[in-house]
Amino acid sequence: MNTYLIYLNSKRCIGCHGCEVHCKTNKSLPVGPILCEISHEPLRSARGVPKTVFSFRSCYHCEDPQCVPVCPANAMQKRADGIVHVDQEKCIGCMACQNVCPWSIPQLNPVSGKAIKCDYCLDRVDLGLKPACVSKCTTHALKFVRLVEV
Amino acid sequence: MSNTVFSLCGMCTVRCPIRVEVENGQVTWIEGNPHILDGALCAKGSAGLALLADDERPQQPLIRRGGRGAGRWEGVSWEIVLDFVAEKLKGIIARDGARSVILSCRGGPFIDPARAFLKALGSPNFTDHDSACGRNVHHASLSVYGLGRVDLAYDIKNTKHLVLFGRNLLEALKVGEANQVLDMLDAGGRLTYVDVRQTITGLKATRFFQVRPGTDYALTLGMIQGVIKAGAYDQEFVSRYSTGFDQLAAFVEPYTIEWAAQECGIKAKSLHGFIDELGEDRPKVIFHPGWMLARYRDSFYASRNLHLLNVLMGNIEIKGGQILAKGAKDCGKKGIRNLVDGIPQPTEKRADGVGWKHTRFDKGPGLFQLFYETMQTADPYPLKSLFCYRHDPLTCFPDPAAQKQALDHLDLIVSIDTHYSEFGWYSDVILPESVYLERDCGISIQKGPKPRLIYRRQAVAPRFDTKPGWWIFQQLAERLGVGQYFPYQTIEDLWAWQLEPTGLTIADFEQKGFVDLADKPVLLALDKLANIYKTPSGKIEMVSEKLTKEGIATLKPYASPLKPPEGMFRLVFGRTAVNSHGHTINNPLLHELLPTNTLWINKREAVKLGISDGDWVDVSADGVSGVIKAKVTEFIHPEAVYCIHGFGRQVPLQSRAYHAGLSDQKLQVGLLNDMDPVGGGLCLCEGFVEVRRSSNNLKRSVEL
Ligand code: SF4
Ligand code: SF4
Ligand code: SF4
Ligand code: SF4
Repeated sequence: MNTYLIYLNSKRCIGCHGCEVHCKTNKSLPVGPILCEISHEPLRSARGVPKTVFSFRSCYHCEDPQCVPVCPANAMQKRADGIVHVDQEKCIGCMACQNVCPWSIPQLNPVSGKAIKCDYCLDRVDLGLKPACVSKCTTHALKFVRLVEV
Repeated sequence: MSNTVFSLCGMCTVRCPIRVEVENGQVTWIEGNPHILDGALCAKGSAGLALLADDERPQQPLIRRGGRGAGRWEGVSWEIVLDFVAEKLKGIIARDGARSVILSCRGGPFIDPARAFLKALGSPNFTDHDSACGRNVHHASLSVYGLGRVDLAYDIKNTKHLVLFGRNLLEALKVGEANQVLDMLDAGGRLTYVDVRQTITGLKATRFFQVRPGTDYALTLGMIQGVIKAGAYDQEFVSRYSTGFDQLAAFVEPYTIEWAAQECGIKAKSLHGFIDELGEDRPKVIFHPGWMLARYRDSFYASRNLHLLNVLMGNIEIKGGQILAKGAKDCGKKGIRNLVDGIPQPTEKRADGVGWKHTRFDKGPGLFQLFYETMQTADPYPLKSLFCYRHDPLTCFPDPAAQKQALDHLDLIVSIDTHYSEFGWYSDVILPESVYLERDCGISIQKGPKPRLIYRRQAVAPRFDTKPGWWIFQQLAERLGVGQYFPYQTIEDLWAWQLEPTGLTIADFEQKGFVDLADKPVLLALDKLANIYKTPSGKIEMVSEKLTKEGIATLKPYASPLKPPEGMFRLVFGRTAVNSHGHTINNPLLHELLPTNTLWINKREAVKLGISDGDWVDVSADGVSGVIKAKVTEFIHPEAVYCIHGFGRQVPLQSRAYHAGLSDQKLQVGLLNDMDPVGGGLCLCEGFVEVRRSSNNLKRSVEL
């Protein structure tokens, strides 16, 4: 059962791509992999104002992730709280996870030669902090939501 | 062990407060100061880590050995370079006097040592970048209130209606201000946005006017007329605090809403709707008078009208309106000491003519571009040396080729900066300043409704042989025999000296990174409001007494902007949230986000020229040209083309930015002397360029 979700309040998001850099610097990533992505539809006029909305995508942390069973090194794991993450010690960089993920979410870190993907900043979350992208979002548009069972 | 350092960001000139985590001498985390920004930071702010790690910046003092701009540098020690600069300066001062030295910077809270250095030498020629930025707004503000543009702050968060004329504040981004705008919108406020193209700020607008380029003044005239006609203004406020209303009302009479709508190419009905909204929302309406408004020949007048619209709303010193920026005195506290205050005023007149030849301008930093003329004519006296501290005139001002011609008359050009600027590359000496995470700065007051004292604190040791500005100027001053004005050796000495009158110590800053001078916003009592205006009449002047005395019409009849000839366009430029001007273009992580700029061109015009989205196009003006990819869109006015400023850099040691994209300032040929005669701002959008599909596009496909 997934416990967490990142929610984007698109009314506040200004498409500044800050979250992407917040994420990269938190994980000391080199140029290349970007673990979350801000995108938007082409502009369309709505009541005289050309509009679009921004959307945020990182990893879906699938209920039944295909990236986990395909990993030959047991590096891709899903925690009890639903977070899908790469154990950097075990990863051999074969990128089978990327091939099998419907959205090619896992990426190769060219410096370490290992797969890297959004892990909801689990080290921060375990310390009671919010993920980097959420903590530092320029406009507080991103929210880290803890799902409750109903 | 990680420790926290509170400091100020240095990736753009906003200088957001930050909290930095340092572990084993390495920065591991930067976030917006939780006490002010609740962690929020922009992309540039985080990319400060990449700046720190980047090797493509000057790593030690450099002295030019080849011709100017040839890039043959000799790396030397600080001892050698400081002696070298001091000896040269001594010679120059002996021959041509201290007045032949100019020092420019990009303004901001930490320029005291730089200003003090020049003043101590005895030169009046301190200047800055502002004629390519906010001079028009500043002069407009002075002519209305007798107060400078930073003397009034905008309480955006609590306003009901924010009106922005090309002030793209969600891309030319201040993190705190952006949050205020979004909070205001969340609370149901309105945002009216006026521009020649759609921007991210415009996306959030409740009303959008896409106007013909150069018609802002027309729109403001129509708005004033509409407001007066509808009686949607604060009559009591106007009659109590201002003069000249009747003249204004008579003057705008012919500039009706229908006229303005036609001139600007917008719908009259929408403009009427806007005026109705003002009636509902006032006095909590803010017309932003502009920030970077060095654009058109009548930008001063457009900005002045925006100030007047604020007055008509009666929005001064109220929640949700404009609030006077308060200093230490307003909070019943003693202010800090600054180095410049203890130095005798130079007696020479300024070489840019400001204050004696051009009496209509505020003396302050004068007008940089006017020095270029003096460099070439030696009138009123010869100029021999230029220091630019954190300022890149070759990127910031138009027509770098023309600038270089003037610079060639100088004997000594020094760049003090953290990165290789275009100017630095053309200089004789580069004194590399440590980047903001590697340096301390003095203490400064941040005036506002709730003023505070701020400082910048070094987080880590410099990676290279670079130094902080306060040290560089103190060392130079000592060598030039004016060290007595710099009563410090260490930053701790400087802080203690600055703080002495306040009774505070630097320890008071450590908890939060700043010291509040008031617990809550300070608002003046209504009876005090009558005494705040520093105009000749002591009132808000709808017709400026000072300008009238200078023989300048305050109420200037409107002149329609020229239409670009067939195949040509007005070149306009702007900002993005992921870069600040030219100086972050080479940052590895920001370059990854935005490696180059594009040329926005209107779809219909593009079709006429056979240009498709993504095509390479040649853009040219008077013998200068550049190549750039076209972005074909409906959302820009057909008379304009647009690109992000700062690209097209030519410093080979910046491998990522080198020749990436197009530089708008190089295409602004002839605009260096094109100045708003009343506002002093440059007219950077008064140039036309020709756009053609480039021969660089593939002509055939050889591969299958
Ligand atoms: S940092 Fe926040 S506002 Fe900026 S793009 Fe990301 S989600 Fe949007
Ligand atoms: S990487 Fe792909 S498959 Fe794996 S959890 Fe994320 S979205 Fe699902
Ligand atoms: S949660 Fe962490 S890893 Fe995932 S996108 Fe945000 S910052 Fe990156
Ligand atoms: S807006 Fe961004 S770059 Fe500028 S000071 Fe703030 S965080 Fe730094």
